[in-house]
Amino acid sequence: MELDPLILSRIQFAFVVSFHAIFPVFTIGLASYIAVLEGLAFKTENPVWVKLSAFWTKVFAVVFGMGVVSGIVMSFQFGTNWSNFAQASANFLGPILSYEVVTAFFLEAAFLGVLLFGRDKVPAGLHLFAAVMVATGTFISSFWILSANSWMHTPAGFELREGVFHVTSWSEAIFNPSFPYRFMHMALASFLTGGFVVAGVSAWYLLRGREVEANRKALSMCLWLLLFIAPTQAVVGDFHGLNTLEHQPTKVAAMEGNWETSRNVPLLLFAIPDQDSQSNLYEIGIPGLASMILTHEWDGEVPGLNEVPAAEQPPVAIVFWSFRLMVGLGLLMIAFAVTGLILRAGGRYWRNTWFLQGLRFMSIAPFLAVLSGWFVTEIGRAPWLVYGVMTQAESVTPSLTGPMALFTLIGYIVVYGLVFTAGLYYLMRVLYVGLEDSPDDWEHEAERPKRPFSAAHVPFEIDGDNQTGKPINQGGH
Amino acid sequence: MELFDLPLIWAFIIGFGVIMYVLMDGFDLGVGILFPFAPNEESRDTMMNSVAPVWDGNETWLVLGGAGLLAAFPLVYSILLPALYIGVFLLLAGLIFRGVAFEFRFKARTSRYLWNWAFAGGSTVAAFAQGAVVGSYIQGFETANGVYVGNALDWLTPFTVLAGLGMLAGYALLGSTWLILKTEGRLQAWAYRVTLPLLAGVLVVFGIISVWTPFVDDMVRERWFSNLSVIWILPVLTLLCAMQIFRSVRNRYEGMPFVATMGLFITTYLGLVASRWPYVVPPEYTLWDAASAYESQLFLLLGLLFVIPIVLVYTAWTYWVFRGKVRAGEGYH
Repeated sequence: MELDPLILSRIQFAFVVSFHAIFPVFTIGLASYIAVLEGLAFKTENPVWVKLSAFWTKVFAVVFGMGVVSGIVMSFQFGTNWSNFAQASANFLGPILSYEVVTAFFLEAAFLGVLLFGRDKVPAGLHLFAAVMVATGTFISSFWILSANSWMHTPAGFELREGVFHVTSWSEAIFNPSFPYRFMHMALASFLTGGFVVAGVSAWYLLRGREVEANRKALSMCLWLLLFIAPTQAVVGDFHGLNTLEHQPTKVAAMEGNWETSRNVPLLLFAIPDQDSQSNLYEIGIPGLASMILTHEWDGEVPGLNEVPAAEQPPVAIVFWSFRLMVGLGLLMIAFAVTGLILRAGGRYWRNTWFLQGLRFMSIAPFLAVLSGWFVTEIGRAPWLVYGVMTQAESVTPSLTGPMALFTLIGYIVVYGLVFTAGLYYLMRVLYVGLEDSPDDWEHEAERPKRPFSAAHVPFEIDGDNQTGKPINQGGH
Repeated sequence: MELFDLPLIWAFIIGFGVIMYVLMDGFDLGVGILFPFAPNEESRDTMMNSVAPVWDGNETWLVLGGAGLLAAFPLVYSILLPALYIGVFLLLAGLIFRGVAFEFRFKARTSRYLWNWAFAGGSTVAAFAQGAVVGSYIQGFETANGVYVGNALDWLTPFTVLAGLGMLAGYALLGSTWLILKTEGRLQAWAYRVTLPLLAGVLVVFGIISVWTPFVDDMVRERWFSNLSVIWILPVLTLLCAMQIFRSVRNRYEGMPFVATMGLFITTYLGLVASRWPYVVPPEYTLWDAASAYESQLFLLLGLLFVIPIVLVYTAWTYWVFRGKVRAGEGYH
């Protein structure tokens, strides 16, 4: 079999970006949560808030560190594997990515140090300010990167001269048509991720009766948050979908598994899309519902994959099923949020074993939902890299050969595999040690160098003589 | 419309960024290169603590370099990275391993030796890859119509291997003089001891490269031997810096060896720039050929003029917070 540098580069980019994305999507939500905890600690002086903030800041330090390390790789991927794309789009993407570095990365780095090590060194108000700045930095970062990404989906404010994009309007290019929807959708996804992880970890502690008061408060806060944002995400997702229908109809056709443009299109619950025969092998659906959702009319016309030649269609099955996985997980999240509200009657939400066990497992749900959502939007764009203007095949580095691409693909898998196995092992250790003695550590912490992971301050190996004597595999993640 | 020669301004900004990165990440990579040779495990703790607070800020300049190059000189970005494809991967893999080694080594007990090797190995690979990048830059790149057309391993020649070794020795020298500045006692005495052999190694490699370079490329030979005799001041300054390192180590000065080593790097760097100016993708493209659109360069420049001073203030502040000698038992536990 001949090695195709295009396919290998696509797999490599999908791998490094997916691996990278799971860290920031969590830290964006968690940074805001920590800022809220710091605000409560500042206002009420209740030690519970300090305890919670100190613990979650440790978790934040580890996850943020892994995000940074995997992020360095990203800034070179465009050049190594997609040099034609880099050359063509540099007039827009170059300034946008540079702005991300100077307005977000430096802000995060500066105030993360104060957040991690400054609790006893700076006044409480400044410490709170640092927490807010770190949270702000994560949002500024997602603003720029999602603007760049959205522009590749719905390019605007440019003209093409001799194969190179030239920006004609910065505001139109930055605030391109899909950007507001994508930004809202991702911001809410980050909050959902932060919320479900904190809820899941708190539930695990509650099941073991550890630090009940603090974890009950944390769980309660999360459930209120999730009650509002889980349904909101469904609404925003719907708007995002309508925006996609307007600008990328082929992607929506793939999401719905709809091969031919027609009216009264069913919402397919199950199907096996077959690219060769340009049809679904089996399908079970609810009549008219896809038309209703997409056009808000039962016999509304839904575009089909037949609008474009087969060569311009994305791989339908993976888009179709990733979309269903994402929506299914989203509905499950809403169900948990509503169940939490019902269980508030009589304070059962923090005592009901089944609910808490369920929340434990739900902590992984937002990560799967985010990744499947990314698969939908990114694979659904194929074969385009800049939608309607530049294809993936045109973008790949001309001098890249199959063996070179295979070498680095395997290399990244090995390096990330080793590094992140160690990192996750260490994160488990942080969760496992728990909140119990975290506030006392801070005095000690002040003498240490300003480094993310060192704030986590627990030995690497998990051994038998720890305080609680429970094995790590009860971690629930 | 084009009021300023923006590509020229951007060449200075990127050039400044590169030397900032080389000097700042250079000494912490150098500490990593010297790591396996340290007198004992306690010295290794101190060595790591001396750079722990600042190394990731140093590496942020590399990320900015990548993004800034894409923004201002996309042709450089889209030719160099494909040309150096394998080398870039080794560089990034090295940086990842040494980056996490900082964090995990101090948490580890029985597996500590693994993170020692990750730190030393990652630093060494990253430094060598950077030297090879410089070497292939002197060597030039095979291009056609703005696209790299050479092979995967063109960057790996005897010349670039020598440049890689030169960079290893140079970074190790920056590392040892940094340790003279930041440590005391047994570790400092060791750092004094290794500095002069390292200096000798650097001078030998730099000497061979200087003699070899004119044979690698005609343009460089002409520049050095016919029309621009004023640039001979740069190698003279380099030798003066080397003498200053020698004298200050002999006299057991603490700050001067590091300062003089930075001077040695700056003059060598300027010599390299002078050999190739104004070509940014030798031998074909000048900085004006490689520049992005005027409005893009302007759009980013206006923002950077405002933000970069703030970044510099913060960076200086970090170094000030962690000023003075690093002692055993300080920092990580």
